[in-house]
Amino acid sequence: MSTSDSIPAIPVPGASDVPPPGGTRAPSSPQRRKPPYGHRRLLTRRDRIALGFMAGLPTLLHVALVWVTAFASVALAFTTWDGIGFDSIKWVGLRNFRELFDSNPQFWPAVQHNVIWFVVLIVIPTPLGLFLAVQLDKNIRFTRVYQTAFFLPVVVSLAVTGFVWQLVYNPDTGLINSLIGANKPGHYIDWIGDPDLNLWAVLVAACWRHTGYMMILYLAGLKGVDPSLREASSLDGANEWQTFKNVIFPTLRPTNTIVLVVTIIESLRAFDLVYVFNGGAQGTELLSILVTNNIIGESSRIGYGSAIAVVLLVISLVVIIPYLVGTFRKERRA
Amino acid sequence: MRHTPSGLSVPDPSRRALLRGIGGAAALGAGLPLLSACGGGDSGSDAKTVTLGSNSSDAVPKKAFADIYAAFTKKTGIKVDVNTKDHNTFQEQINSYLQGTPDDVFTWFAGYRMQFFAGKGLAGPIDDVWTKIGSSFPEAMKQLSKGADGKYYFVPLYTYPWAVFYRKSVFKEHGYEVPTTWAQFTALCRQMQKDGLVPIAFGDKDAWPALGTFDQINFRTNGYDFHVELMAGKASWTDAKVRATFDNWAEILPYSQEGSTGRTWQDAAQTLVSKKAGMYLLGTFIGQQFTNATDRDDLDFFAFPEIDPSFGQDTVEAPTDGFMLAKSPKNKAGSLQLLEYLGTPEAEQIYLKSDPNVVAASTTADTSSYSPLQKKAYDMISGAKHLTQFMDRDSRPDFTSTVMQPALQKFIRDPKGVDSLLASIERQKKTIFASS
Repeated sequence: MSTSDSIPAIPVPGASDVPPPGGTRAPSSPQRRKPPYGHRRLLTRRDRIALGFMAGLPTLLHVALVWVTAFASVALAFTTWDGIGFDSIKWVGLRNFRELFDSNPQFWPAVQHNVIWFVVLIVIPTPLGLFLAVQLDKNIRFTRVYQTAFFLPVVVSLAVTGFVWQLVYNPDTGLINSLIGANKPGHYIDWIGDPDLNLWAVLVAACWRHTGYMMILYLAGLKGVDPSLREASSLDGANEWQTFKNVIFPTLRPTNTIVLVVTIIESLRAFDLVYVFNGGAQGTELLSILVTNNIIGESSRIGYGSAIAVVLLVISLVVIIPYLVGTFRKERRA
Repeated sequence: MRHTPSGLSVPDPSRRALLRGIGGAAALGAGLPLLSACGGGDSGSDAKTVTLGSNSSDAVPKKAFADIYAAFTKKTGIKVDVNTKDHNTFQEQINSYLQGTPDDVFTWFAGYRMQFFAGKGLAGPIDDVWTKIGSSFPEAMKQLSKGADGKYYFVPLYTYPWAVFYRKSVFKEHGYEVPTTWAQFTALCRQMQKDGLVPIAFGDKDAWPALGTFDQINFRTNGYDFHVELMAGKASWTDAKVRATFDNWAEILPYSQEGSTGRTWQDAAQTLVSKKAGMYLLGTFIGQQFTNATDRDDLDFFAFPEIDPSFGQDTVEAPTDGFMLAKSPKNKAGSLQLLEYLGTPEAEQIYLKSDPNVVAASTTADTSSYSPLQKKAYDMISGAKHLTQFMDRDSRPDFTSTVMQPALQKFIRDPKGVDSLLASIERQKKTIFASS
């Protein structure tokens, strides 16, 4: 992208060394608009005010809604507060964290479930999505139809996904138990309530959705693979698997990084599906749900809930920082 | 879902509930309450209008309340400007609602939950109103309407009992008798199981129904006084008395419907409707599931059986709903007039006309139009020595929702692990009740 192309569309603050916007509007005759006096301000007063608003307002919103709130949340994690009046905030030091690690029976299972969530998303839907993407990339018939079909679960709201799967798993009237006859006393399968089953049941729903997401990401990656690479490899006598393994997959490296980051984020923010499915009952506890249960509603254990949120934040940072460092290093090199 | 006793449950996962969850998750990043989230209408500043925040979002009660307000306007010329919110949303936002600019009068629940906000200074005392309406309420209702400081803060409108529901035709067919003691009750459970019935229907997916089962077994086993102490965080959960409650519960768990933690109360009630289950411990709102008139006439209930003869069946769990006054109402005179009207038998009768699942809180309301079931519920409540509300109305909501709900779900699945469970409850209880 050349600089001169982008200027008229995006007014940047440091734009004083580029031609005025008018210049590009009539590039064929720049002389016609030549200013009658020597120096002319490139930005009028109104432009500068508009610019100030356009840059200032988002900055202000960002600081207020992201940074201030994040720091407030971290600070609140060391207090107890019932949410009524600021004078009821009491400093308790590390007590919330001690309580969380020692006596909350839901905390460690929640951490474990978040990890399982990540591992399962990486092991099952990601290769499956890659497989589908490779197949669809071959321009088979009705490829659009298949793409739409596989991608549809991603478009559907997670709330709806959770609701639909909850109907499928309903122990009394659900599709699965009705088909296999497991809704009679004696041989009951409680997909939603049984802590040995419910996490896997809800993960099936999560995978069902994530596969489509991975497919689209990989499909986009595959479209960017230079066709001459395939040609060269087939000329060298490589079969389809060898071509994929040695030529195509290595070129998908940037896509793999995105997939990894997306999957980590998905597994840390997993919430809506489970919240709708069974509200995070025993077996499906997740950090995000613990935060919600402690903070919203009448319970209002805001300090304690913030402590859980801080744990979630720290885990996210541990995962995201190495990625960001890697990305920045690459950019600097480039 | 208006009658769900718990403020923190969403019987049917709705999109709305979920969005609220997401909204909550977004807001909690801040940990700051959304103070401006739900201000009342400002139109109520003139002397001829009273604003009212309502949680009656379902069509039938909404209409019933509207009829009451219309009658009030007709009588006094004061307009009632109603601001109705989704029932569960209203409860979840109550903290920030009351701290913002609440409506003059708002709907709420009796007992601890009312006293909590009264104690925080977020509600106005209404002793003046009670000097006028006091004579039509029984002593138990008066107790429920007072704050910890002894002042009145609440006007009850209606109430409903929790009891064991059954179908008369099923009992007749098998020749069952209504049990009044624990031994009779467990014998009946065994007999029902032999007859191929699920003895006790049960659904605890929403996590609050089990709180009701605990309440019944606990105040039958240990009496009202201990139950109140336990709810107030004073008695210990590792006390042998609590263990006895759970032992009794474990005795009937094998007769309770399997897979309960994955089943909603509505689905469990359907097994009673379809005569697959013999009994079901629930509030009278179970009537909502009996949509067919003949099924409805077949529905009956009995008080939870006696466990310890020294306590008998003296306690009834009867959640009560009513109204409170905001801390600084814009139209105080009009608000007091409205509250006074809401405490009259007249207002209660207008409401009961459209909701056959509840009974009037006052003893002077006309009972002639009651259905047999309502009459029975009314007798049960007025004959009770003690009234409880429901665990999450009688105790701190943060304790019941974040500790008791998951703990009881765990107990239902694994009754053998009760000792470590009780130790864990006690540990968490101490920290929650210590921070207030």
